[in-house]
Amino acid sequence: MIYVWVTWYAMRRYAAYRIGALSEAVTNTVFGFLRAYILIALWQARPALGGYDVADAVTFCFLTQALIGPVQIFGGMELTERIRTGDVAIDLYRPVDLQGWWLADDLGRAAFALAFRSGPPLLTGLLVFHLSPPGPVTWAAFAVAVALAMLVGFGVRYVAAMCVFWLHDDRGVQALSLVAAMFFSGLLLPLVVFPGLLGVVADHLPWAALIQVPADVFLGKASYFGLHGTAGLLAAYGFQAFWAVVLLAAGRMLTVAARRKLVIHGG
Amino acid sequence: MYGLLAWTWLRAAAQYPVSMVLLAVGAAVVTGLDLAAIALMFARAPRIAGFTAPEVMFLYGTSGLSFALADVFLGTADRLGQHVRQGTLDAMLVRPVSPLIQIATEDFSPRRLGKLIPTLAVLIAVIPRLDVSWTPLRALLVPVMIGAGFAIFSALWVLTAAVQFVIIDGHQATKAVTYGGGFLTQYPLGIFGRDFVRGLTFVIPLAFVNWEPSLYVFGRADPLGLPTPVRFASPVVAALLCGIAALAWRSGLRHYRSTGS
Amino acid sequence: MIELDNVSKSFVVRRRAGRLRRARTVVPACEGISFTVRAGEFVGYLGPNGAGKSTTIKMLTGILTPSSGSVRVAGLDPSRQRTTLARRIGVVFGQRTTLWWDLPLRDSLALVRHLYRIDARDHQARLAALIDLLDLGPFLDTPVRQLSLGQRMRGDLTAALLHEPELLVLDEPTIGLDVVTKATVRSFLEQLNTERGTTILLTTHDLGDIERLCRRVMIIDRGRLAYDGDLDRLRATAHAERMLVVELERPGPPVEVPGARFVRSDGPRQWLVIASGTNAATVVADVAARYEVADIALREPDIEDVVTRLYRRGALAPSLRHDQIMHPGR
Repeated sequence: MIYVWVTWYAMRRYAAYRIGALSEAVTNTVFGFLRAYILIALWQARPALGGYDVADAVTFCFLTQALIGPVQIFGGMELTERIRTGDVAIDLYRPVDLQGWWLADDLGRAAFALAFRSGPPLLTGLLVFHLSPPGPVTWAAFAVAVALAMLVGFGVRYVAAMCVFWLHDDRGVQALSLVAAMFFSGLLLPLVVFPGLLGVVADHLPWAALIQVPADVFLGKASYFGLHGTAGLLAAYGFQAFWAVVLLAAGRMLTVAARRKLVIHGG
Repeated sequence: MYGLLAWTWLRAAAQYPVSMVLLAVGAAVVTGLDLAAIALMFARAPRIAGFTAPEVMFLYGTSGLSFALADVFLGTADRLGQHVRQGTLDAMLVRPVSPLIQIATEDFSPRRLGKLIPTLAVLIAVIPRLDVSWTPLRALLVPVMIGAGFAIFSALWVLTAAVQFVIIDGHQATKAVTYGGGFLTQYPLGIFGRDFVRGLTFVIPLAFVNWEPSLYVFGRADPLGLPTPVRFASPVVAALLCGIAALAWRSGLRHYRSTGS
Repeated sequence: MIELDNVSKSFVVRRRAGRLRRARTVVPACEGISFTVRAGEFVGYLGPNGAGKSTTIKMLTGILTPSSGSVRVAGLDPSRQRTTLARRIGVVFGQRTTLWWDLPLRDSLALVRHLYRIDARDHQARLAALIDLLDLGPFLDTPVRQLSLGQRMRGDLTAALLHEPELLVLDEPTIGLDVVTKATVRSFLEQLNTERGTTILLTTHDLGDIERLCRRVMIIDRGRLAYDGDLDRLRATAHAERMLVVELERPGPPVEVPGARFVRSDGPRQWLVIASGTNAATVVADVAARYEVADIALREPDIEDVVTRLYRRGALAPSLRHDQIMHPGR
């Protein structure tokens, strides 16, 4: 199938920038340490905040740093540049589905990022802070959550990218998307720290599915709609899947509309 | 020369006024996120690591302002690796201006200035609320620390650019020093563990951006137990670091000019 | 204007030798290059790819420092006095632009003005003249990344000349250009040299450029200067052969005269090659005497042919010693 080939090719393409990827891993790790100490200070003032203990908070830290790469929290897609220059017209006339193609490509990129960028921060964090990794069942559950997160991440960025078809300058959308992503994904602070209504809202936005949910799965604390344990885990998956479906569907509609716009208005 | 070039870039950017304003606002908001994080943390606890909210806001304001100023003037310097890779550094070497200035003024736009807004605003708002017995010396230390911090961050930007002469793809890693440095100085360094703070005092002197002087302003004891004069050492440290940065840049450029791309 | 004395440049290249080790090899890019270009000359600089042309240019302009030897441009040392020299020379890279990708051409030129500290009034006058000569008007407000190759080249030329440099160095400026733009650029350069006296060093693969513009040619091959002299002498030196095109009254068997060799025929027209060293006039007379000739034309050797021979030959003909090549007739 061509999509498998696209994914493979994307992985190889990104593999050429190994040094760049390791560079990014270094920065991710450093920031992991910085945030860890900050959270430790906060947890010393408020132990068991949001149901986490200190070890959870620090693990959360390094987990989220590790996920920055695969989920591409800081946004952006090569597609945006192609739309801006008009090259995307070529893509739309190909007999391959635009969204499918870019999804496959993005999965390849994410896979490479998982391999090269996620390892260092997570492993370093676990080692230095003497944290115990969870059992194999949890790792498996975590893998599923990460996969779903990658879908949601793609969904968000694809929708943002397609907006460029209608807006002349996408930088406003990108900036907005970046702010929302950083704030609501749990990257700044675990969403459990958010008080009251803000916390509730944040928990239900798509960005929570990107980092907060997989991290919670890893910590064994996944819970949604008041459910805990295995039911909570499934509810969390459901939450991620919900947003994945919604965003991909929105992306689909935008793709169709874009193609129509191109045909009618000639790009 | 810097001003002339920056002005020309600004004028070019001014042709898209809406975009310019949006970008500036966007930059301000992103910078403000860190502030939001601090605010959220203090919504949960009145004191963190023994520091009150106004004290941490003060640290955020001073560090943030120094960093934003350095970012305005030298923020694009770390694009050096990109230019080496694409061969565009050669075109700059043909012109009668230092390539550092050419790269630093690249794409100068109001977006850079947007970053100053939240930090300046916070500083102005928080200083009256600080529980500090103000003396002329303490009051003087505030602009001094901002100036020295600006110089230290500027030197770090230049150093991280110079490194890319040798490690061309190292750009992302240098962000750990520049953006990492800007981030960690928003918080009381005491939370980072003894060894780390020692490293930040003697190796990468980020402790002198705002931590050491602030200890004097707050009237607090130094966790490391360093003697009092250290509180005032920021300008000296800044000058030293700038010297090192200048040397590093020049030797990096010399290296590039003898080995090509 | 330009003086190179025994200039050499080597690069250290690290290659993978097995899994973990890196082998260091020293690759000489230029070896013992010496030449002098006087003010006001228009010199062509040829050479196969990888011969060292770009390296020489980079050393002249201060981008690269030589490993040994001395370089002086406009009396200055490019390695040590880069910025002073930069004010007096202009450089155009054919394959990369010196302009700023996202800015409109007009803004790029404004930046250039400030970089060279050009006085506002001088700038206006000079810019107007260049806009006129190179017809920049229609695309002054287009971002550089949207310009066609020809437009970009004209923009690059303008940027290089705004500060009225004494020396203009061009590294493959006509590469990929359409015929019309090439002609415009060539006549512009010619005018620049003859009317303003700007010294021009032109590196190119396009031998048409050389034929049209340069009287003096330097050829670099594998890091060494293989030829430095007149274009005409180059033809003679390379022993390239001249072609005689004979139009007979009627198609006939191959023409045979001493000193000429039959190559091919097409109806009544025949192509003969005149052996080097033979007097062309004698051959023409012989042909006219022995055959019924409708028309005769003598063609000088194609410069392409000449240069290809030099490139291909590798070791030059033993009868031509290096110093004979270097300074024929001196």
